[in-house]
Amino acid sequence: MNVIQPIAAPGKPAAATLGLVDVDIHPRPHRIEDFKPFLSDRWWEHLQTWGMRARHGFTGGQPPFPKAQPLASRRDAWPPNGGTPASDLDFLRFQLLDNYGIDYGVLNPLQPSGQGDRNNAFSVAMAHAVNEWQLEAWLRKEPRLRGSVVVPYEDPQASAAEIRKRAGDPNFCQVLMMSRTAEPAGNPRYWPIYEAAVEAGLPVAFHAFGYSGWAMTNGGWPSFYIEEVSEHATSCQNQVISLVTEGVFERFPGLKIILIECGFAWLPSVGWRLDKHWRHLKSEVPHLKRAPSEYIRDHIWVSTQPMEEPERGQHILDICEWVGWDHILFASDYPHWDFDDPRAAIPGVIPAERRRGIYGGNARALYGF
Amino acid sequence: MFSRFRPIDCDLHPMVPGMRALTPYMDEFWRDQVEERGITTLDTQSWPVRSPKTIREDWRSEDGRGAATVGLLQAQSLDRLGTDLGILNPLYGVQLVFNEDMAAAFTRALNDWTRAEWLDRDPRLRASIVLPLQSIEASVAEIERLAPDPRFVQVLVLVMGEMPLGRRQYWPILEACVRHGLPLGIHAGSAYRHPQTSVGWTSYYLEEYAANQQAFQSTLASLLTEGAFSKFPDLRVVLLESGVTWLPSFLWRLQKTWKGVRFEVPWVDRLPTEIVRDQVRLTVQPLDAPEDGAIVQRVMDQLRSDALLLWASDWPHWQYDGDAAMPPGIPESLWPKLMRDNPLATYGRLREGVVA
Repeated sequence: MNVIQPIAAPGKPAAATLGLVDVDIHPRPHRIEDFKPFLSDRWWEHLQTWGMRARHGFTGGQPPFPKAQPLASRRDAWPPNGGTPASDLDFLRFQLLDNYGIDYGVLNPLQPSGQGDRNNAFSVAMAHAVNEWQLEAWLRKEPRLRGSVVVPYEDPQASAAEIRKRAGDPNFCQVLMMSRTAEPAGNPRYWPIYEAAVEAGLPVAFHAFGYSGWAMTNGGWPSFYIEEVSEHATSCQNQVISLVTEGVFERFPGLKIILIECGFAWLPSVGWRLDKHWRHLKSEVPHLKRAPSEYIRDHIWVSTQPMEEPERGQHILDICEWVGWDHILFASDYPHWDFDDPRAAIPGVIPAERRRGIYGGNARALYGF
Repeated sequence: MFSRFRPIDCDLHPMVPGMRALTPYMDEFWRDQVEERGITTLDTQSWPVRSPKTIREDWRSEDGRGAATVGLLQAQSLDRLGTDLGILNPLYGVQLVFNEDMAAAFTRALNDWTRAEWLDRDPRLRASIVLPLQSIEASVAEIERLAPDPRFVQVLVLVMGEMPLGRRQYWPILEACVRHGLPLGIHAGSAYRHPQTSVGWTSYYLEEYAANQQAFQSTLASLLTEGAFSKFPDLRVVLLESGVTWLPSFLWRLQKTWKGVRFEVPWVDRLPTEIVRDQVRLTVQPLDAPEDGAIVQRVMDQLRSDALLLWASDWPHWQYDGDAAMPPGIPESLWPKLMRDNPLATYGRLREGVVA
């Protein structure tokens, strides 16, 4: 009888000789009261009375498409001392950082963060609170962790102010947006965010998620969670197309974009399609000075989890080559159900010298760790 | 040009010159509505008439329009390329209309115009039955009305509509397709019930055109996860002007997710990649690949089948220059499959009366 044995002994992947950097860890508050010290009375009361009001119908943090598991989390990630997954620093050290020998871990706080809330002023207050909470509850206590500047992206001016407030603080390594914004991310109304990020020397990460208020496909609402997961890729594709087409990279040549949990095998085909049709439609977008795929290759980084799985393993090598081996970053997505174990997740066909970059070298070069 | 392959062109677009062309095919009530209300045209933003993409410059008529007569099609495409059979997919904006009675009447007129002014005038032509998807009942009725004419070889819907096309409400249409041996043709374009992206309206036509690539992924995900292919194993779906290079990565992602959460959709009882290879076909204009033959070859390897692709010129849309109607990089050894064998295998009605 075959018994699947988990890899039990702690340790870093053998190929991670340039260090192991996990660019996707999702910390949660132990309870919502953790944010109270960082919110004014007015906004704390608002949170108590009205709660989060996303651009969809449910209250109480309930998602429109029920997840595959409670809080979309690994069943073994609930801390033994209580609380929700990734809310307990000691248990996160034990289960993630120490277990895999992670040198640097990037925190991407998801809800409850107030991002994309219909009340912009509340979203502004919450983003500030979440950033203060990251410093207090995680970053000052654990030197391996780095934070994301959570921004209330539907208020770009306030977002820029929040970024400027954090500029120069080495605890923060990137700006965090969700992938489903209310308008395409290249729209000039979001440009103050990119301007402030470039000024602060921070890349801008788009993490798959959020609710734009529009249907999750351009042909209407899907039915299933499996479709919601699939549609993260299409939403991110639209964001890449918008960033390129609007000329964001012409306006901000120093801007670096990271796509987290968006997949990446689709990226070459998006560039090829844009290139082909840009050649025929150039007169509409005279602000583009180069072929669209060149902007993509220079300005966009991707993360591994969830990495597409070709039917024939070696086809992933084509994709990595087309995306650019130096633009691929390791991500675990801890504590979510589709977590990637760094020792098992990178397919065996990827050669050791490429793994070194994916595990650590590329992220260190990007973030300057 | 290609006559030695006896090619079948799977995507040709006759363009309606204006509503005046359709009124002869309407009853008195709708003729009167068109006149009294000043409805002059239903040109759609998916194909702005003056956009370089919509009509290739050297195929444009003096009035700036084009593709309005069978004579133009013969001269610019059929005779020139040596086409043996060609399938007409009219893209006039009847699917955008909000009034479902009006939609049904205008769509009937469009289909009758296609039959009288194109099919009756060149024996090489076949056509798709455009559906008034605003009403499922009217769509089924339109299939029943036209299916007896064997020159209608598939039904045609737009990729961006009111709801994803796999939704169960649409299944009576899928059932009618299967019953009559008509593939479901899904063409690029929107009925504008939603923005062209899940993050809102786009600024540029380039973005909007690009967004069809996402729409085809979402539509295929819907048909797969709702179980439409499992429910109708004889259903054939043809993606028209969809681009091709997005397909492998889309399937790799969906299949991986399916392995994780397939308890949600237990009716999907086979690998999505296998279902697609059995039941879905794509036209090759545009291919959306670089012109580097080595890269095209690698994408062909990723598709893992030489039965998936159908040749199309996409006339009069500007996808290629001169007579280079096969996308660069596709090896000539595959041309017989793409130009003849695969279309004949896909469209049952093309096989009837055709010497293979």
